[in-house]
Amino acid sequence: MINSKVQIGLIAGVFIALGIGLTLYKAISLDLPLLPDQYREVWTVESKTSFTPTRAGAKSAVNIELKLPTAQAGWVILDEHFASSGFGFSIVEQSAGSNSVNASPNASAARWTRQELDRPTTLYYKMQVYRASENAVLPALPVSVAEKPLLEPDQQAAMDRLLDRLHTQSSDIDSFVQLLLQEFLRDSPDQDTLFLIDAYEDDSFAVLMDVLAMADISAHQIRGIVLEDGRRRQTLSALIEVYNGQRWSIFDPSNASPGLPDNFFIWQRGNGSVLSVIGGRDSSLEFALVSNSLPAKAVVGMEQRSDKFAILDFSIYTLPVEQQGIFKGLLLIPVAALVVVFMRLLVGVKTSGTFMPILIALAFIQTTLFIGLAIFLGLIGIGLWIRSYLSHLNLLLVARVATVIIMVILLMAALAVISYKLGMDQVLTVTFFPTIIVAWTIERMSILWEEEGGHEVLIQGGGSLLVAVLAYLVMSNPVVEHLTFNFPELTLSLLGVILLLGKYTGYRLSELYRFRDMGTK
Amino acid sequence: MAKLISPFELRDLGILGMNARNISYIGRYNQRKNYRLVDNKLETKSAALSRGIPVPQLYGTIEYQFQIKDMLNTLIKGRDSFVIKPAQGSGGKGILVITARDGDRFVKSSGALIDEREVRRHSSNILAGLHSLGGRNDSAMIEALIDFDPVLKDYSFEGVPDIRVIVFRGVPVMAMMRCATHSSDGKANLHQGAVGVGIDIGSGQSICAVQHNRIVTQHPDTKIAFNQLKIPHWRQVLELAASCASMTGLDYLGADIVLDRQSGPMLLELNARPGLAIQVANQVGLRHRLAAAAKIADLTANQIEKISLARQQFSSVAVANGQLSMNIL
Repeated sequence: MINSKVQIGLIAGVFIALGIGLTLYKAISLDLPLLPDQYREVWTVESKTSFTPTRAGAKSAVNIELKLPTAQAGWVILDEHFASSGFGFSIVEQSAGSNSVNASPNASAARWTRQELDRPTTLYYKMQVYRASENAVLPALPVSVAEKPLLEPDQQAAMDRLLDRLHTQSSDIDSFVQLLLQEFLRDSPDQDTLFLIDAYEDDSFAVLMDVLAMADISAHQIRGIVLEDGRRRQTLSALIEVYNGQRWSIFDPSNASPGLPDNFFIWQRGNGSVLSVIGGRDSSLEFALVSNSLPAKAVVGMEQRSDKFAILDFSIYTLPVEQQGIFKGLLLIPVAALVVVFMRLLVGVKTSGTFMPILIALAFIQTTLFIGLAIFLGLIGIGLWIRSYLSHLNLLLVARVATVIIMVILLMAALAVISYKLGMDQVLTVTFFPTIIVAWTIERMSILWEEEGGHEVLIQGGGSLLVAVLAYLVMSNPVVEHLTFNFPELTLSLLGVILLLGKYTGYRLSELYRFRDMGTK
Repeated sequence: MAKLISPFELRDLGILGMNARNISYIGRYNQRKNYRLVDNKLETKSAALSRGIPVPQLYGTIEYQFQIKDMLNTLIKGRDSFVIKPAQGSGGKGILVITARDGDRFVKSSGALIDEREVRRHSSNILAGLHSLGGRNDSAMIEALIDFDPVLKDYSFEGVPDIRVIVFRGVPVMAMMRCATHSSDGKANLHQGAVGVGIDIGSGQSICAVQHNRIVTQHPDTKIAFNQLKIPHWRQVLELAASCASMTGLDYLGADIVLDRQSGPMLLELNARPGLAIQVANQVGLRHRLAAAAKIADLTANQIEKISLARQQFSSVAVANGQLSMNIL
């Protein structure tokens, strides 16, 4: 039998070579970039259309039509994918279902049809988009005169008073629209506005559109997606576009600011429904989003070559976007594990709980570093204070830890509510801290305090935080993020390095200090 | 001033580091199935008794919470001094030493007075696993207080001094006496501030003393100089330590021994993962000693011969001359 050191060396060597070899192969012959910078942010957007057939028992025909986005405002669509097993599928230009005067030109729609369907179904449409230019100018649309709504006399009166007020306060159409939007955002809108919103059954957006129509302003909505990395259940958001006499201008009703937000991907410009489902009910449209830094060419090339190269066909890119997002996070954990191994075996930092720092670092990724540190120290501090009282109560261990867990949850809730009331939204991310881990940390620190004193608590607590911060810094590094996601085989190399470190019998950095008095006598 | 020592110097001195200890000694020589006997002091005690190894007398054990309620009327009734400790405690945690009674109250080794409630609470915490490895449920054992040898009285403050002997494959390789101080709260635990005094394997004479990994010359509380210290019954101490190796089946072992006024050396507890501070107290690294001990163990299986060879080779004279060779037999 070969001795274990040689075995480990061989296995680690194979892993490291395999990881680096595959990476180099992908980098050189498949042209994937090793560094993230100077590359574009490519978004993978996956829409999920879910619905339940109307009459589940009596099998009925269904017809689903989803408006497809056209590339606008500098966005480019790289690639589209439709998943429609068992459905008849076609792409129709100028969809027949649209009777809106303001419908975008050249709109196309995806149509799924099926004669019989007896269970809830989800249809997928995936595309990859990136922003080629910051040019936010949208093509001109024909201006049409808005149709005025027919209102009840009391609603009409309220509408007129609102219009009068806005007209006297505004100088032109743009400022009119902005005032109008602000009116709806105020904490306490005036009587007329409230009455109108109530009359429209809380559909503020419909009120907005009718007020604009009443004021003879041509307007329509723009629907699209607010792009946020890692979101899984994003829904469509709406903007308002109005014609101010010379050109169209866009307003965001959620904050009354003019212009197209940078992270807004336009799905449909103009009124009319995005999704129409015939023969189904409870339909919903959700989006999963993942961003990745890649040169556009590489992404396209990858998609095209995935049939030819097995290595790409079996890569993470082929997974549904939702899972891609999860793996993006998971693949960072081995890097954090390496940091822990390094700090403990080579440096000799004491941590409370072996891999607790990784969980804390993962929470920091959600909260950002300084807010995360403040929240964590706050939680532990208050927790220790409460725990010191609990130790007088002389509870059994399991009950005591359970008590601490509940205290931590209540603390988190209190922290979230208070900070939200104070207007510090960032502290809301407190929910990302793993409750059980925080509770155990408090318990362990408290016992440590009682047995070894505050000094040891500082050493171990400080050590844990140091490792957590380092792990966070490594995990949030864009190069690391890029490498782990696009070259997951590097994880094998990482494994090899960790195996080797597991056989390291040399001194730790801390031992050079610990044994500093050796040989002096 | 935080001055560091170079790793090459450490290697030349033969210092054993934490990683090397874990992989090359504990991981390699100590089988996990043998840990049980060592980690549970009750099992250690009964194994020692069956082999005729002297241990402090066991008054009784508490296994269930309900027994705590009237422990005062049963287990410690009529006893003025006793020690309550967790059976699976580590690093000297959770040990309550009662030296006398004062009316209804108990006197701790530090002189502080505590009442019955406090004693019960401590026992309850022990059962809940507060002081135990991995927080497991545990049982509390009540033992006789050691009446330690008066020769050692001034070397320890408010606590019992014990002698840690590292035994490798049945050969005692290094020893140190651990003296409680005020800052260690009467506990003979080095990282809590106890003083470690390196003891010459050959003679039982002190070599050097350290507190918090720094060299000291006198006890911080009693002010007694350590250089006059000579452990009585040294041969029995080494024999006792060595016999624990065969009892446990562990090849790398730390034996903690106390000297009782009447009964002489007694086994207090065993440790399958003995610490590394003993090297600083002895001003010698473990590596060379362990290598030499391996040769001794290869040479003879006889316990007495192993000890006498170790005493010849690891005495300060031999170390001073750098003669760790095998030409003695």
